[in-house]
Amino acid sequence: MSLTKSDKTIIASIWSKIATQADCIGTEALERLFTSYPQTKTYFPHFDLHHGSAQLHAHGAKVVSAIGDAVKNIDNIKSALAKLSELHAYILRVDPVNFKLLSHCLLVTVAAHFPADFTAEAQAAWDKFLTIVSSVLTEKYR
Amino acid sequence: MVNWTAEEKQIISAIWAKINIEEVGAAALTRLLVVYPWTQRYFSNFGNLSSPTAIEGNPRVKTHGKKVLTSFGEAVKNLDNVKATFDKLSQLHSDKLHVDPQNFKLLGDNLIIVLAATLGKDFTSEAQAAWQKLVGVVAAALSRNYH
Repeated sequence: MSLTKSDKTIIASIWSKIATQADCIGTEALERLFTSYPQTKTYFPHFDLHHGSAQLHAHGAKVVSAIGDAVKNIDNIKSALAKLSELHAYILRVDPVNFKLLSHCLLVTVAAHFPADFTAEAQAAWDKFLTIVSSVLTEKYR
Repeated sequence: MVNWTAEEKQIISAIWAKINIEEVGAAALTRLLVVYPWTQRYFSNFGNLSSPTAIEGNPRVKTHGKKVLTSFGEAVKNLDNVKATFDKLSQLHSDKLHVDPQNFKLLGDNLIIVLAATLGKDFTSEAQAAWQKLVGVVAAALSRNYH
C-alpha cells in the first residue's frame, strides 16, 4: 500500500487544519482512546489521565507533532520516524493492536472538528497514511 | 447478556433520536465503500461504484445505507436483547450474503466517524465509548450464527 499524489495532497490539506489546533486534537484523540478502550491506560500508570491533565495535554501534543513530522516527510516516513520506531520497539513495546485503536480515535477527532473537510476521500487518504505510520512504528518489533 | 449502564443507554438513545437515519446510513456505507474498496465486492449489482463521487451519488448506496441503519435501530430499541434481535439477520449474512464478519467492525467504526462528523462536540468521549460498545455488540450478534 502506498500513497498516491492525490492522497498526499489531501493529507497535507487536512494536516494544515489539524495544525491550527494540534495540541487539542492530540489530547482529545488520547482521551477518546482511554475512554473507549480502557485497556490502553495500562501503558500510562505514571500519568494523571483525567480530563484537563497537563500530562495528557503534553502527550497529546507530542503524538500529533510526530504525525506532523510524518506529513512533512511524507516521502520518507521511515527516516523521519526512525527514532520513534526504535523507541516503540525496544522500550515502549506497545502492542501493535493499539496503533489501530489510536488511529481510529484520531480520525474520529478530526471528523468531529472538521466535518466539512473530512470527506470520504480524506478519510481514505488519512486511513492509509496512519496505517503506514503505524507500520513504521512497529517495523523493528521483531 | 450485555451489561449496559443507565448512562450508556441514555447516551445511545439520545444520539439515535438526533440523527437522520437516511443521511447517516448512506454516509456510513459510502465511507465503507470508499475507504475500504474491497468491500465493493458485495455490491457488484449496485451499478456505478467507480469513484468516490460515483459512490456518493449512487441511489442504491443511499437506499441500502438507510436499510442497514434502520436495522441497526432494532438494536437501539432492544439493547437488552440484541442477540435474539439479529438472529435471522445473522443467518442471512452467513448463509446467503457470505459477508466476512470483519466488515461488521469496519462498518461500525465508519458509523462512529459519521456520528462524529454529524454531531461534532456533542459526540463526546463518553458518547463514543457507548457507541463503540454498541457496534461491537451488534457485530458479535451478526457473527453469532456463522458456521
